[in-house]
Amino acid sequence: MPIVLACHKGIGPTVTGTALVAQDNFSARYDLDRIKGTFSRPAHKLCGQSYVGQVLVLVTAKGGVASAWMLREMAARGMAPKAILFDRANTILAQGAAFAELTLVDRFAAGCPTTLIRTGDELSIDPAKGLVTILNRD
Amino acid sequence: MLAGEQGPVRQWAVRHQIAVGEFFDAPDFVPVGQAHVMADTESLGEAGVAWLEGLAAVPQAQRRVRIPTITDPRGLDFDSYKRLKQTQAMADIEARAIAAFEALGVLMTNTCINYQTILPPVRGEHLALGDTGVVIYSNSVMGARSNFEGGPSALAAGLTGRTPRYGYHLDAHRAGTMHFAVGHQPTDFADWGALGGIVGRAANSYWQVPVVTGLKAVPSSDQLKHFGAALASFGSVAMFHMPGVTPEAPTLQDAFHGHAVLAAMRIGKGDFEAFYAGYAAPGDKVDVVVFAAPQLSLIEMSQVAGLLDGRRVHQATSLVVATSPEIKFAADRMGLTRRIEDGGGIVAAGVCFYQMYAREMAEANGWQRLLTNSAKLVNIIGGYGYKPTLASMERCIDSAVAGRIL
Repeated sequence: MPIVLACHKGIGPTVTGTALVAQDNFSARYDLDRIKGTFSRPAHKLCGQSYVGQVLVLVTAKGGVASAWMLREMAARGMAPKAILFDRANTILAQGAAFAELTLVDRFAAGCPTTLIRTGDELSIDPAKGLVTILNRD
Repeated sequence: MLAGEQGPVRQWAVRHQIAVGEFFDAPDFVPVGQAHVMADTESLGEAGVAWLEGLAAVPQAQRRVRIPTITDPRGLDFDSYKRLKQTQAMADIEARAIAAFEALGVLMTNTCINYQTILPPVRGEHLALGDTGVVIYSNSVMGARSNFEGGPSALAAGLTGRTPRYGYHLDAHRAGTMHFAVGHQPTDFADWGALGGIVGRAANSYWQVPVVTGLKAVPSSDQLKHFGAALASFGSVAMFHMPGVTPEAPTLQDAFHGHAVLAAMRIGKGDFEAFYAGYAAPGDKVDVVVFAAPQLSLIEMSQVAGLLDGRRVHQATSLVVATSPEIKFAADRMGLTRRIEDGGGIVAAGVCFYQMYAREMAEANGWQRLLTNSAKLVNIIGGYGYKPTLASMERCIDSAVAGRIL
């Protein structure tokens, strides 16, 4: 049986994708080279890695309000993550996900998703039901 | 609005607000007195500007904002962009964004110090503010009530006149959750920003409300501006209390809403030294010295001018000062702009350094080592390829003149 994780009801469509996990946070303005599609802030644990098409699994959202616009702009260029999973989102990323129609969930019943999900896991995310399924593990 | 009877723009706005409100379990909406829209063109991109132009194309009665709606700094100042080696393409997209916002009835204030210069928030007033520095100052120092509202959400609030009631609109979220006792008194703005950075790193969540004690003097508006901006930037924090200073915390007990006062984490001189050391680069050539983030008040403009009088920025170094359009007019009138520019600085209005295509400016100008007295800026600008160093305003000016970090 795949592992099913319950979370708070989220934003955006149901999607599947591959997890990219880090014990770190997320700001589109502070952390990313949005042209290359990589994490670019030297201190970020995913610095140098591509986020395009990945399901990002991080602790929380940080930094400025610009991410609210940037997610939609990234999606318009095909350079957005597939979805974002947080332990706890801040308001900006929730607003940005709603504007971009990007999948976002947080507040997992079993704890911080960065401890529950591994990089490379295949995930199915259903925001309307508040469920994340790890498809490749029992 | 939801049924579309008031047109597609307000229908989008209220749908967006419902999606966000449901995510945060908001029970209802709350009327707001002002909206403040962060929407620089670097963040908007072509997709965002085209989307705004779509809103601007509907009939006027369906597209105009319903409450005073103002703007955060823009991506480009038409009077200084060529000196900063920004491009015509940037100017063109900026002009398109401004035209779209004006068609929506938005007032182009282009400032992140609106609480000092436009219409200061009032205690208990519900607002929809963009710019994290504006939100934390308004919540903490003024006692107003706002979440971090990104550009689309702030614009939605302007269009509907309300916002979902969650987060810092609710009493329950405004109680202190952490306690910091400051044992080393900050002096200049860089120190206040460093303190914000130290507390922010420890708080590290939008939902934490730090309570800061141990300060021996009442801070000025500019000192609290730098402290709050850094705290919001490093920690994603939207509210703090300083008992005896901020309005919702006359006493330490009030800061915790009558709950038990939490044990304090101590912040000493060594914490400040470690914070500065994380960015130190003594002796390095300095490419650009920046005073911004937040935009400078008239008092800060006067201080920069005074420190530059009779001196000249090194020929291999640039000095950039960002302020609001209102303060720029005042600085022009009082001769401050001329004094700063006679010394080799560039005064840009209605922009802020990190919101104006910082990566492209670095490439066009050959900038890498950046020196500033803004802790917020040192936190942000590394992601744009800069190597930032934090120092007091005096040391920044001395280093700008020397061309290397003193």
